[in-house]
Formats: sequence, C-alpha cells, structure tokens
Amino acid sequence: MTVILNEGDSAGTAGAAPGGPVDAAPEPGKAMTRGRLVFIRFLRNKLALVGLVIIVAMYLLAFLGPLLSQWSYEDRDYAAFLQPPYADHIFGTDNIGTDMFAQVMRGLQKSLIIGLLVALISTTVAAIVGATAGYFLGVADKALMWVVDLLLVLPSFLIIAILSPWFRGKSWWLLVLMLAAFQWMITARIVRGMTLTLKEREFVKAARFMGQPARTIIAKHIVPNMASLLIIDATINVAAAVLAETGLSYFGFGVQSPDVSLGTLIGNYAQSATTFPWLFLFPAGFLVVFVLAVNWVGDGLRDALDPTSTRVRRKEKKDTEEKAA
Amino acid sequence: MAGFLLRRLVNYVVLALVATFLAFTLASATFDPIGVLQQRNPPPPAASIEAKKRDLHLDQPIPQRFVTWMGGVVQGDFGRTITDRPITDELGRRIGVSLRLFLLGITLGILFGVLIGVVSAIRQYKFSDYFATLFSFILLSTPVLVLGNLLKIGAQSINDSIGSNVLIFVGETTPGFQGNWFEHLGDRLQHLILPTLAIALGQIAYYSRYQRSSMLDVLGSDFLRTAQAKGLTRRRALMKHGLRTALIPMATLFAFGFGLLVVGGTFTERIFTWYGMGDWLVTGISAQDTNITATVTLFVAVCVLLSGWLADVLYAALDPRIRVN
Repeated sequence: MTVILNEGDSAGTAGAAPGGPVDAAPEPGKAMTRGRLVFIRFLRNKLALVGLVIIVAMYLLAFLGPLLSQWSYEDRDYAAFLQPPYADHIFGTDNIGTDMFAQVMRGLQKSLIIGLLVALISTTVAAIVGATAGYFLGVADKALMWVVDLLLVLPSFLIIAILSPWFRGKSWWLLVLMLAAFQWMITARIVRGMTLTLKEREFVKAARFMGQPARTIIAKHIVPNMASLLIIDATINVAAAVLAETGLSYFGFGVQSPDVSLGTLIGNYAQSATTFPWLFLFPAGFLVVFVLAVNWVGDGLRDALDPTSTRVRRKEKKDTEEKAA
Repeated sequence: MAGFLLRRLVNYVVLALVATFLAFTLASATFDPIGVLQQRNPPPPAASIEAKKRDLHLDQPIPQRFVTWMGGVVQGDFGRTITDRPITDELGRRIGVSLRLFLLGITLGILFGVLIGVVSAIRQYKFSDYFATLFSFILLSTPVLVLGNLLKIGAQSINDSIGSNVLIFVGETTPGFQGNWFEHLGDRLQHLILPTLAIALGQIAYYSRYQRSSMLDVLGSDFLRTAQAKGLTRRRALMKHGLRTALIPMATLFAFGFGLLVVGGTFTERIFTWYGMGDWLVTGISAQDTNITATVTLFVAVCVLLSGWLADVLYAALDPRIRVN
C-alpha cells in the first residue's frame, strides 16, 4: 500500500498554504541552504506538520503514558469488569478487569518500536543492495530482480506466517528481522534504477578515474545523492512495517504472548467489537491515526525534498495560472 | 502477439512453481506436526505416531516430498490434511466461496476506483476531488482487519436501529435456511454485502489514487488537445483518447492487486467467518499442516499468474504498439 503515495498529489494540497511558488526567496541577508529550503517547504504543508506532531506525540505517549496512569498492564481491577471508559479507566476495562489504557500503551510501544526498527533496517539494506546491484550489475542484479518478481507471487505475509511456528516463543527481535528481510526488495529496485543513472554522472566518473574504490564511491557519492528517496522510503516503511506486524499479530503469527502489540490487541478484542466496542476501537484507532500521520509526513517530505515531483509542479503551474488570471 | 503472451505465460508458470516449492519447503522445514500430535492428551500410542510419520512422508527428504505431492496435484489429488481428510474434497467449495467474494470485490473496486479517479482528475481541486482524496487517504491507512470490524459495528447499529437483521456478518449463508431459490439468493446477498464492501472500499481508494494521477498526466497531453482541435467533443476525446491511455499503466496494478487481494481476503474471510481459501491458510498454518499451506499457496500463485497474464492481454488490447511488435 505504500507505493500509492509516490503518485500524483494528495490531500496535502488541501492544507498547503496557497500563493507563491514553492521555492520562496530566502529572507534577505540569510543564505538559503538546502536543509533550510526543505525545512521551509515542509513547514508549509499543514497536513504534514500535523502528521509529524501526531507521530511525536504517539511515541511520547507510548513511553511516558504508562507512567502517568495508576494502572499497570498487569493490574486487575476486580471492581471493574468490562466497563466502558470512565474516570478511573479512561479507556475502559476488559473481561478480566485489565485497564485498557495500560494495555493499549504497551501494545503501542511494541508496534512503534518494531515499525521504527524495521524501517531503519530495511531502508539501509535496500540502499546497500540496490546501489551495489546497480553499480556492479551482473549476478547480484539479476538475483535481485528475480527475488522482487517472486515476492509478487509469494507475498511476504505468507512467508512470515509459514515461518511463524519457528519463531514462536523466541524474542520479538526475530520478527523485526523477518519483517525487515521482506521489506527492502522493492526499494532496492528503485535504488538500483537511480544508481544506473547516477553512475554515469561526471562527479562519479571523476571519483572513479581518481582511483577511489567502489565502496567509497557508493558510500560517498551515490547513496548521499539518493538521500531524499531514502528518507521518504524510511518514513513510509515505518507505517508499512506497523501494518505488516499488526496483520501477522492479528492471527497470532507475529508478536507472541507475553509480548503485546496493537495487532494482538485488535485480534484479541475483535470478537467483542460489536458488543464491547471500546475494547476494539482504542487499539484500532491508534493504529489508523498513526498510519495516517506517517502517510501525511511521507507525502510532505516528498514535496519538500523533491522539487521536481509532479505535485509541486502542478501546484506551481496552478498558482501561476491563478496569478495570471 | 501470440508469442509475447505465450512467453509471459511460461514465465508466470515457472514463477508459480518456484513459489509453491518455496512455500512447501519452508512449511515442511518449520512445521512440526508430530510435535503437535504428541502434545495431545492422552498422548497417542507410538505406533500411530509412526504411522502418521509414514503417511506424511516425513521419512523422505523435503524435495522428494514435494515431488510426491506435486505428482498427486497434477492428477487432481492435493493430498490429505493432518486430520486425514482429503484436501481435494474441500478445495472446490472453498475456492468457490473465495472467488465469489474476491471477484465481486475487485470488480466493484476497479469500476468505482477508475470512475472516482477519472472524475477527481477532470474536476481537479474541486470539492469532490478534495473529498475523494481525503477519503482514500483515510481508507488507505485503515487495514482490512480494522475496516472489517468497523463495518461489523456499523452493521450492528444499523440492524439495531431498524430492528431487524438486514446486514448479516457471520458466515456466507444462514445454516439450515429454507425457501425457494429467490429467498436463497436474498439470504446470500445479505451475507455478501459487508465482506464485499470490506474488500471493495480499500481497492477503490487504492485504484482511484493511481487512476487520478495517470489521468492527470494524460489531461495535459498534446494528443488530447489535438483530438479536441479536430472537432471531437471534450467528453468523446476524454473517453476515446484520454481514458484509454490512462488505463494502460493501470493494467499491471489490477493484476498485482488481485494477488495481494487473496492475502487481504484472509482477514475479510476470518472477520466475517467465511470458510474460503484465506481462512484455510490460517487454519493450515495454525495446525502446522504442510499440504493445506502448499495448496493455498498454489492457489495464490495461480491467481497472480492468471491475473498477471490477463493484465498482459489487457495491455496488448489497450496499447497497439505491443500488438504490432
């Protein structure tokens, strides 16, 4: 589902401040660095800003929230079974009197950590493998293309689900590695394509003729030039990883007890969704809002980092048309 | 043209075989059906465990087991489940259940996705465009496992407010339902609405984003202006030259969309208690049953294969350049 955001413009336009081409003139007396420019462009996109605030707030809440609550996820309140949200239990309680706020925070922690780790690992692997395959071509390249094709037929969900009996009862780190292992291929293909064009550029050729080893060229000249793509990809990958984790955990193929994630919570309480909706709605709501926020940020980042993206061009075109009118 | 389609078909068949082989191997290597058997209470006698090992060909190396199983598949025998029921008996019914759901879901998804995408593109930056954009953003951030359960909650409140069970969210028919074929049809429809929505909504959101951006690219093109300049009405130009061109890149998406749908359908089937292929996958993996898992993988692979091939045919039909070459 992540690829969708690479196309065309988006809801972001609704919130973006109208007027003025995106490459606004810097304030007088201050040099406009690329970082500043990107930052200004990003700030202009209101939805992306909102998304960023939500993400930061969620990470803070997931780790600080439990400290503020009087209940821990292990506590049972024998005076409150299956209570809808009220003052003592702001998210209600389940059938054994566990505080849902404590549970959801605990699940949120695990899901968010898994999402972050998987995104970092998979984007790093994608950058290394994609750049290597594109730079050297040959066998590595062929193998990569073939694996990507195979993944379309044999989805990663299926593979990880099949492997789940093997990592049952082991550390959740294994799940992180599994998710990362199946999330880098498509990005790697894009990186490979970009490497093919980059390696014909003068500065790369110059570096090569000066006798720099391939490793240095890839690390210093090729990968930094794809920073925009990699940053966007890592962002979107956080959401993709959280979704993949939730999907697997929903069936008990992902995070295993005693660990809890948003997926296991949603899975456990889905049965009660129609009768005791709060049990299901809180974890589900956190999941949807988080993914939505990540998508907005990813979209805003793309516009800010990539001035040639179609959306900005159209937006500028539209603005100039409006001015002309 | 025929050569092109034949080459693609061979490519897909090889991919499907490799995918099934991989799934079979992974499943055989990780699953431990004997361990599950031994945990039964009371434990089964050693003789029956030995017999089970022989039945499941656990004494053979994995590639040989695959060949044995595949040999049966070619003759229409998919082997037996761990509980010793022939898979072939159940297969037809389950495929029927799944396909009914998926085909309807994807047809609605493509139809409305394309329609909404085209309308959004033509009426860019109008209210309808913003609305569709926001809506698809939210839907794309809502995984099926949340959406399906939300639909259930919604249906429950609709049913409560009109005081009768119009929308049914358990199973695909009412067990023991009596009546003529027309009443049967009505009963099936009542069961079909919610799961179909669960599948179609996500697809609509997904396709409409792509369709919108691919249509926007076409809208700015010279050939569309030329078509109008030579006297076609805007509507005719859009339909005949615009939409057709904009649909070409979508063909691949539709194909891969179907493959992913089978996995996404797992959630839908589970949530609405439909005993289709997706449900079987979860059952199979939970029971550590290699034959069921491999059969479902083969089904997924064949679905991707067929839809991928169909996309190629569609490509050839839409893009005259492919036909000529």
